[in-house]
Amino acid sequence: MSTQPPSHTAAADLIDMDHGLISREAFVSEEIFAQELKNLFPRSWLFVGHESQIPEPGDFFVSRMGVDSVILSRDDSGAINVLLNSCRHRGMKVCRYDEGNTMEFTCPYHGWAYSIDGSLVSTPGELYGVPKYVHSYQRKLDKSEWGLISCPQVKNYRGLIFANWDPEAPSFEDYTGDFHFWLDNLADGLDGTEGAAVAFRGVHKWRVKANWKFIAENFLGDMYHAGPSHQSVEVVGIGPGGKGATRSGHESYDYSRWRETSFTELGHGACDFADHDIPYAWASFPEKHFQDYYREAWEKKVEKNTALGRPLGAAAPATYFPNMSLHSQWMPRTILVAHPVGPFETEVWRWYLVDRDAPDFVVDYMRKYVVRYSGPGGLTEQDDLENWDYATDASRGVLAQRYPYNYSMGIGMHEPSARLAGAVESTATPTEENARNFYRRWARLVDNEDWKSLMANVSPVKDEITDGIEV
Amino acid sequence: MDRYERAILRSEIEEFLAYEALLLDTLRLEEWLDLFTDDVVYQVPLSFNVRHDERADATSRLGQDICWIDDTKDVLLMRVEQIRTGVHWAEEPLSRSAHLISNVVLEDIALPTVNVSSRVLMYRNRVASDTDILVGRRSDQLSQDQDGTWRIRKRVVYLDQSVLMQKNLTIPI
Repeated sequence: MSTQPPSHTAAADLIDMDHGLISREAFVSEEIFAQELKNLFPRSWLFVGHESQIPEPGDFFVSRMGVDSVILSRDDSGAINVLLNSCRHRGMKVCRYDEGNTMEFTCPYHGWAYSIDGSLVSTPGELYGVPKYVHSYQRKLDKSEWGLISCPQVKNYRGLIFANWDPEAPSFEDYTGDFHFWLDNLADGLDGTEGAAVAFRGVHKWRVKANWKFIAENFLGDMYHAGPSHQSVEVVGIGPGGKGATRSGHESYDYSRWRETSFTELGHGACDFADHDIPYAWASFPEKHFQDYYREAWEKKVEKNTALGRPLGAAAPATYFPNMSLHSQWMPRTILVAHPVGPFETEVWRWYLVDRDAPDFVVDYMRKYVVRYSGPGGLTEQDDLENWDYATDASRGVLAQRYPYNYSMGIGMHEPSARLAGAVESTATPTEENARNFYRRWARLVDNEDWKSLMANVSPVKDEITDGIEV
Repeated sequence: MDRYERAILRSEIEEFLAYEALLLDTLRLEEWLDLFTDDVVYQVPLSFNVRHDERADATSRLGQDICWIDDTKDVLLMRVEQIRTGVHWAEEPLSRSAHLISNVVLEDIALPTVNVSSRVLMYRNRVASDTDILVGRRSDQLSQDQDGTWRIRKRVVYLDQSVLMQKNLTIPI
């Protein structure tokens, strides 16, 4: 065995955030991709699904964490489990349906059967049925040791289910910090009712030949691209205000008081700020019943949040480190996860949310609006997808790889957030400060820095994260 | 309807669908829009992998679940207008497309309305090597005007993929 240390490229060597430079290798290197799969995704809190997808015992939804297939299921006790979708015997996927209802997963290959029924097993996902157990195993196989691998940390945050494979990883609360305000607006009702959002049935899943990081970067704070990239969708009027109004319904965007928010240690980033109190764009809807619905929801939210001392912003596009992005109450309301496939390919998943108690006319409108905005048929997202594809493609060039990307916009143009712990707000919008802090965090995870060190400078949250849903 | 009338009708409808494809593939998009009624509903549902005995849940429930495309005529107009701006980067430069229509079956004839099932293979190539092939089954409701013009009143395209293996659906299938 060689005593030489393995020589590999450190992610930290690929970024120079003080000068705003990132080597293209970060986006095209197979080696860096392998390090991401090994050290980044298995230690991060990843979005797996929404509780409304698995309302009843036995309900399951097959999801992904990094490149691994997982089963999001609700067992007979009502608890939520995230199980690795791979038979312990020879690895076959035990579930190749997208969703359904069952208390047991039987492998087609050799018949090993795993249960989430508490009357049969003591741990959800435990192995209980093994053909030839007596005849060929002589009962020597310890079934309790060979169950489906269960994710050690699962958090149901207001209906949003996150999971982390690393038992040493910080709690969801510590990892999320004050970014939770963006998650709150995603998961809560438009009027502020906690956890009132539900997911439409039908998760968009599609492939783009792009590195996942271009996608994460887009939503965490790239306000710069919106003008040039989305020129064409702004002409045609896909929003409720039709032509002349913006794609999200507001008459226009006021950038004069707009700030972006970046979590300097945790890596999360948002295109807006917590006190960005832009009301819902009810005026853009032509029909009175729509106007009333959105205006009344906003008024209730203002009343509730004001009483609690909570901010009214935190609604615009954002990315939860590393690869979950969201539009909160900024239309459309949608969650994106950029699942890595290879350095040059990503499988994007999109969930679409609506208030549980929204009237039919709102649900019907939103169902159609979200897919003409987002997804592969979305008039907005199509231009983003094109950018991500060809940015990745051009970065594969030999000469191209010699020249780093420019991430220097807005260096030094930020100040600490008065309201949020561990966050800065830009003094100029757009900025690339959010991206710089994302990549700083990215490099530390990819280079396998330990959690004690990773959390050493993370400030405790200023606001109590109010949610105690037991998984 | 006797065999000969049916054969003529089928031939008319086949040519109509081929003509629609021709307009789309030669970028005569405004003429293409005219082939749809003003009240058209154009949907492309998702496909799900479900148990063999749960086939009713195998595609998005129309009007309830998320689809890939869930358009009315105004949205089709937006798509065409967006392409015509010349700054819709996903279609600038423009793609080359081919819609191959086959397997035409007249499922239900109640003139002036006909329900037609057909197969569509959409080939798309753009820029250099950016190539996609997508296959679906169309379920159309066509209706004929008094002057004999056929128009599409309803279209549902069932794609033969659950994970969509291409980055976008800029061109209608």
